[in-house]
Amino acid sequence: MSARRVVVTGLGATTPLGGDVATTWSALLAGTSGVRLLSEEWAQTIPVRFAARVAVEPSEQMERVEMRRLDRSEQFAVIASREAWKDAGSPEMDKERLGVVIASGIGGVTTMLDQYDILREKGARLVSPHTVPMLMPNGPAANVGLELQAKAGVHTPVSACASGAEAIGYALEMIRNNRADVVVSGGVEAAIHVMPMSGFAAMKALSTRNDDPARASRPYDLNRDGFVLGEGGGVLVLEEYEHARARGAKIYCELVGQGLTSDGYHIAAPDPDGAGVQRAIKFALRDAGLSTKDIVHLNAHATSTPAGDVAEANALRAALGDDADHVAVSATKSMTGHLLGGAGAIESVFIVKSLQDRLAPPSINIDDLDPAVTIDVVRDKPRALPAGDIAALNDSFGFGGHNVVLVFKSI
Amino acid sequence: MALAQADVLAGLKEIVEEVAGIPAASIELDKNFTDDLEVDSLSMVEVVVAAEERFGVKIPDEAVTDLVTVGDAVNFIVNAAK
Repeated sequence: MSARRVVVTGLGATTPLGGDVATTWSALLAGTSGVRLLSEEWAQTIPVRFAARVAVEPSEQMERVEMRRLDRSEQFAVIASREAWKDAGSPEMDKERLGVVIASGIGGVTTMLDQYDILREKGARLVSPHTVPMLMPNGPAANVGLELQAKAGVHTPVSACASGAEAIGYALEMIRNNRADVVVSGGVEAAIHVMPMSGFAAMKALSTRNDDPARASRPYDLNRDGFVLGEGGGVLVLEEYEHARARGAKIYCELVGQGLTSDGYHIAAPDPDGAGVQRAIKFALRDAGLSTKDIVHLNAHATSTPAGDVAEANALRAALGDDADHVAVSATKSMTGHLLGGAGAIESVFIVKSLQDRLAPPSINIDDLDPAVTIDVVRDKPRALPAGDIAALNDSFGFGGHNVVLVFKSI
Repeated sequence: MALAQADVLAGLKEIVEEVAGIPAASIELDKNFTDDLEVDSLSMVEVVVAAEERFGVKIPDEAVTDLVTVGDAVNFIVNAAK
């Protein structure tokens, strides 16, 4: 059997910039920040009083009864998947050839914590019977699989902030291995709650720029002081190329490769040498059959932490060499905040749109570019990408030392 | 404390509407929880706990499997409250 190629035929998202892909993408190109002060009372009790909530609440996009049985992360998955499935033309197909791979870094953490409050205040009898299906990290994938009646397999890779990218890579392999013809893939996160935020704050991982939230997420800026927690999710419909052609589907681009490595260095800190990142890029390009010369754009992990951004930039420069000079690097977390397990997914959606529109989105809030950053960062305004055959990278890293690189190519 | 059948039915309608999203107007005594009202086994637990709270009765787990229709539940609650 000849190699099975995988293309993108549908996109969906709900993000701090918009309740769908179109709204998110135009806000992203306009350089809009989705970061705001939190209105909850608990926000006053912790060192970080802002985050990037979704722009459109799930209550505006789904029925009340459906919502009460779904954790917020599951709501995001269902909302983004519905958009992506519709965008793909709601393919009529054998459901035994349809898979779902949707990741989350933390799963239904707000459900767990809310139900624990109920347990303590009112007793075990009033703990919701929906608690376990809502808090399980495979819940977002499982609910989407149920709705679409997917029977080729429903999966949830978990690798912290690399989870979303890893899910898309897993989906790529499902189609390549002939387990499925179509896979709905992506990542979601809904962890804006006093407890996880306290945990991240205790690690000194979050920005504490409480006086200027919209300027707090500033990857590559000299005065960055941590990431901004975001929520939401992104979904891509991946499809075997001939399957997509046979049904006359709109094809955005091709997903041509992935590279996966682990650092073996520290549970949370990035390896300053970035050796794992470099190897992941090398493997991804080899898998894609491309060279560094083919890459024109990269949506970076770039979370706005002091150590992470420079370690990543150094690794990119080392892996891409002189070819890094023609790679337009975008740090979109400057606008969306960091969606953890949703990050690699929404950033993959952005790359697909970049290849389609030939535009790299800007990175905002860089007042003073850190001189240690020697890659070509797109600042303030979108930058045009070249015509012809082009390819772009998404890199995502997670606590635990996970490195995932995906390669998308125009078609 | 005795409960009137009509009051129990009205209360159950509100509970089922809250849990399953079925409009109260379409909930009648002969409706089957599973087949007619989309109350699955998990949601039935919610209905039972809410009914216990509201009507001040105890509905044991072994009784729940016999509550097939709304009428079954109304009768059980009315009898349990006598």
